[in-house]
Amino acid sequence: MNQTIQPAAIRKSLTVAAPPQKAFSVFTEGFDRWWPKSHTIGTAALKQAIIEPRQGGRWYGVDENGHEDDWGEVLAWEPPARLLLAWRINGKWTYDPSLLTEIEVLFKATADGGTQVEFEHRHLERMGEGAAEARAAMESPGGWGGILDGFKQAAES
Amino acid sequence: MANTLAFAALADPTRRAVFERLAEGPRAVGELAQDLPVSRPAVSQHLKVLKAAGLVSDRPEGARRVYQIDPQGLGQMRAWLDRFWDGALDAFKAEVERPDPNEEPSA
Repeated sequence: MNQTIQPAAIRKSLTVAAPPQKAFSVFTEGFDRWWPKSHTIGTAALKQAIIEPRQGGRWYGVDENGHEDDWGEVLAWEPPARLLLAWRINGKWTYDPSLLTEIEVLFKATADGGTQVEFEHRHLERMGEGAAEARAAMESPGGWGGILDGFKQAAES
Repeated sequence: MANTLAFAALADPTRRAVFERLAEGPRAVGELAQDLPVSRPAVSQHLKVLKAAGLVSDRPEGARRVYQIDPQGLGQMRAWLDRFWDGALDAFKAEVERPDPNEEPSA
């Protein structure tokens, strides 16, 4: 029996009705327009979410007091085809520069002028140590139930 | 490493389906088998792997065993992120496709 263990990343695939240039631009420069404001690691409400448009740039949140919370950095900036982000938020919902999980987003043109977006959040097993502590956050009103309500509003506005 | 095993357990699509049913709430083996196109013994086998991986736990309830997502395991974390990204990417799609008033609508 093969005992090699391959962790399962989170993978999502979606098609958007816009060319890759626009999809990449909305994902990055337009990040603040779609990122759910209910999702922040800071203590104050999230006011702005930013991805700096270059390799090595930061991606972070700014709360209503002007405080910046780092989430990671841009590992690869290849418009309009590929974006690779480091997500360095651990299971305790704090920034941990020693943790590296990766978010890769690929934008592929479709025959009808749209974009196939392939999303992957990988190396999640590295977050394992704080999983139990994260439980309380997940089960709170600010956990995923509440966040989904926020997405719904954003998507339908 | 236990956490790595947990993710491997979710790599199988049927097992993942079992796990996702349990993310909705505790279920007995029979209930899971009714919802899925697999046999009851197959469901039991998947539950055994999920339990070994620390993703689910079980408890007796009368004559049957009820399974639920192990709140101490990595399962909660992954279930949360999975839903989180579903929602965030839905919002992204809506934003990309939102008509821009300064732009001619494309055909």
